[in-house]
Amino acid sequence: MTKKIRQLDRVVIRFAGDSGDGMQLTGDRFTSETAQLGNDISTLPNFPAEIRAPAGTLPGVSSFQVHFADYDILTPGDSPNVLVAMNPAALKANLADLPRGADIIVNTDEFTRRNLAKVGYQANPLEDDSLAGYTVHPVALTSMTVGALADHEVSKKDAERAKNMFALGLLSWMYSRPYESTLRFLERKFATRPELVGANVAAFKAGWNFGETTEDFAVRYEVKPAKMPPGTYRNITGNAALSLGLVAAGVRSELLVFLGAYPITPASDILHELSKHKRFGVLTMQAEDEIAAIGAALGASYGGALGVTTTSGPGVALKSETISLAVALELPLVIVDVQRAGPSTGMPTKTEQADLNMALFGRHGEAPVAVLAPRSPADCFYAALEAARIALTYRTPVLLLSDNYVANGSEPWLLPDVESLPDLRVDFATRPNGEDGATFLPYLRDPETLARPWAVPGTPGLEHRIGGLEKADKTGDISYDPANHDFMVRTRATRIEAIPVPDLEVEDPDGDAQVLVLGWGSTYGPIGAACRGLRQRGLSVAQAHLRHLAPMPANLGEILRSYERVVIPEMNLGQLAHVIRARYLVDAIGYNQVHGLPFTANELETMLEEVLKNV
Amino acid sequence: MSEPVALKLTAKDFKSNQEVRWCPGCGDYAILAAVQGFMPELNIPRERIVFVSGIGCSSRFPYYMNTYGMHSIHGRAPAIATGLSTTRPDLSVWVVTGDGDALSIGGNHLIHALRRNVNLKILLFNNQIYGLTKGQYSPTSEVGKITKSTPVGSADAPFNPLSLALGAEATFVARTIDSDRKHLQSVLRAAAEHEGSAFVEIYQNCNIFNDGAFEQLKGPATRDDSLIRLEHNQPITFGRDGQFCVVHPPGGFGLEVRETAATTAEEIVVHDATITDPAYAFALSRLPGLDLRNTPIGVLRSVRRPSYDSVVQEQLDAARATVTETREQQFAGLLHSGDTWTIN
Repeated sequence: MTKKIRQLDRVVIRFAGDSGDGMQLTGDRFTSETAQLGNDISTLPNFPAEIRAPAGTLPGVSSFQVHFADYDILTPGDSPNVLVAMNPAALKANLADLPRGADIIVNTDEFTRRNLAKVGYQANPLEDDSLAGYTVHPVALTSMTVGALADHEVSKKDAERAKNMFALGLLSWMYSRPYESTLRFLERKFATRPELVGANVAAFKAGWNFGETTEDFAVRYEVKPAKMPPGTYRNITGNAALSLGLVAAGVRSELLVFLGAYPITPASDILHELSKHKRFGVLTMQAEDEIAAIGAALGASYGGALGVTTTSGPGVALKSETISLAVALELPLVIVDVQRAGPSTGMPTKTEQADLNMALFGRHGEAPVAVLAPRSPADCFYAALEAARIALTYRTPVLLLSDNYVANGSEPWLLPDVESLPDLRVDFATRPNGEDGATFLPYLRDPETLARPWAVPGTPGLEHRIGGLEKADKTGDISYDPANHDFMVRTRATRIEAIPVPDLEVEDPDGDAQVLVLGWGSTYGPIGAACRGLRQRGLSVAQAHLRHLAPMPANLGEILRSYERVVIPEMNLGQLAHVIRARYLVDAIGYNQVHGLPFTANELETMLEEVLKNV
Repeated sequence: MSEPVALKLTAKDFKSNQEVRWCPGCGDYAILAAVQGFMPELNIPRERIVFVSGIGCSSRFPYYMNTYGMHSIHGRAPAIATGLSTTRPDLSVWVVTGDGDALSIGGNHLIHALRRNVNLKILLFNNQIYGLTKGQYSPTSEVGKITKSTPVGSADAPFNPLSLALGAEATFVARTIDSDRKHLQSVLRAAAEHEGSAFVEIYQNCNIFNDGAFEQLKGPATRDDSLIRLEHNQPITFGRDGQFCVVHPPGGFGLEVRETAATTAEEIVVHDATITDPAYAFALSRLPGLDLRNTPIGVLRSVRRPSYDSVVQEQLDAARATVTETREQQFAGLLHSGDTWTIN
């Protein structure tokens, strides 16, 4: 039968199933196919911390949301147009997010009495009228997959497990996705088990053909490619982009990159990725604990490498003492905090921005460091490079505040020209810098950067000792002199404050906005989408987004004071707002939410509309 | 290969310009002098030698060595030194630590450095007390020790540092004494020659807070009958007149001390530090009693195992050997790997 083809400008699909159903992989593949087509994309994986929570239960539900459009988009979408529910738990856990009229594709094989009871369904929602407001497509995903694989030499279990590929095939057909990359992916993934390549490919094709033949799906959709700047793209997660940024820092500085890390969600993927890049001179060490991880990184920096450590909030807490040592030693060090919901173990797979206070202030003594935050998955690449640049140029620890949302979310990335990336080569000290031409003064500063010389072991004539004890200016000798300590504390503060960072840019297309929305880090997308929504409705609002949190841009105070109202949405209880109020005496309003999920554009738009009304 | 050029350095070359600030009479002075006196033997230029320490009296050591040095934070020296040694195989990296620094706050880093066999020479100054914080008991203090923090006596059982190091898979384990410069230097020599982690416990007298802790091993009246001076390939006998020896007890575990007169020559254990099974060195480490009698000094264990540094370096070299392009070209290739698409 010939199917109608309908054009859409944007679609949000959520794949949801049990933790073992392969929803993350299914979502990843659909995203990759969609990227190939040239749509703009934004994704949001959402999964429990438990590797395999009890099957079929609500806590075990894992989902992957992908938003794609024929124009540039900023978020993974507030509410799905399509929900793929692999079992009753997935339906129950996600239904509240669906707008009326949304399509729901359910795997009917899993809607057994037992599975329904597990999640508290008294009656089968597919059989009563509780889903009347939605377009439900009941599909026997498991049994059709098993049927399609009858001729394949695979176990029943392996055949059932291929049902996610059936679902992917069906959705790929519905949205006219090119599937060659998925077939290639399956060949790579199951290279050692060819029978599984055959089975998964067959399941995918069965799903595709089912869409084409069944009368239940009368319409096929197309979303045209988005108009994006010319160039080569790839879809990238924040953790992958951040890793590549660190590799790039090694390439552009011509230094060895040494990563000391202890596994922690959601930062471990950076360790995994960097461990594959030894040929670039990237060394990784899985340390015995968080403290050893940063200690080894600092030791590597002392020896002339770019020392890096990656972790999440609990790990930063453990590293705090060593960060202060690095402040005293004035050596380059990059500390990556992929923030997650806290305190303590909190919700390790959920996002939050609640480590800003710790990054800015969470150390003993006066221990200032540079702090910056990426705004999107692809931006993690540039933020990592910028962190390395500051660390190397100004010989300081730099804290990079990523979060679970940008780390695991993905978007298309216009690949940069390697030659256009900043030159990060450093000048190691090679000769004595004292006036007599023979003495080496390890704390004699470069007047421009206020950085001290980086004299690495192995350099003849520059033998010197450094340590955590207060040092005399210039000589670096141990000093308990009161005036010297006061001078050194102030100098350490000044040298961070004096790091030049780009001026903050304000986006105010109407030019008459009275309200400024200020954000930092991963809220860029939802804030941007909310502002767009308001402007499309004729309302004026200005948006500015901080990348540099320490030091802050020089023009920030002036910008803040030029608006009637400043609103600061944050996924914490107002940490940036607190700093802004204290520093600039501006009566900023906080909008705070700690659901472990990113803001929706819709809630921000509603909130901002209220603010606009009252100005 | 040509013969290395003799650098003709002297102990004086290793003295820094910093005023030494240990208490007068501290055992650390003797160790510092012994190390400075030994360093020229390495024939390594000063700039390629690095001393890394933690916190405590002993950890001030790097300031007094005219080499590169870092006085870091409490307990973390092995971790910091691991990052340095791994990325800079051209350096000779020494860790100076104490019983509190290495065995209490930094215990985790010590055992992991040892199991990895990082190419570090670890000198643990054991004075069985916390000196810099003015006299609390340490993890090597004896049970019942009366200190400022244990007015009715410590309830903690102590660590035996050598047993701990052996349990942590150390490939080189030795003990020496601050006051015996010749022996100390002989142990440093063996440690320096060892590829991988070398763990050296140095009994060090704190004359302020724990004076005389090792007097049994130092006083002329008791030392010869208490110290077992281990020498490779030599039968283990000791005592003023060689009246004691070490044997395998029949039907038991470990080693024990017996009177030589009552023992046949065949029964006396011949010391072999290269025995792969750590049980032998462990048995040696358990010989001393609480009164320090039967204390072995010298090299208990010295076995070969690839160092962490060398394994990492091999992996790095192997990965780099496959590279034919410039780093920029390689990186462009990496960026463009996987599923990409082009918009014209």
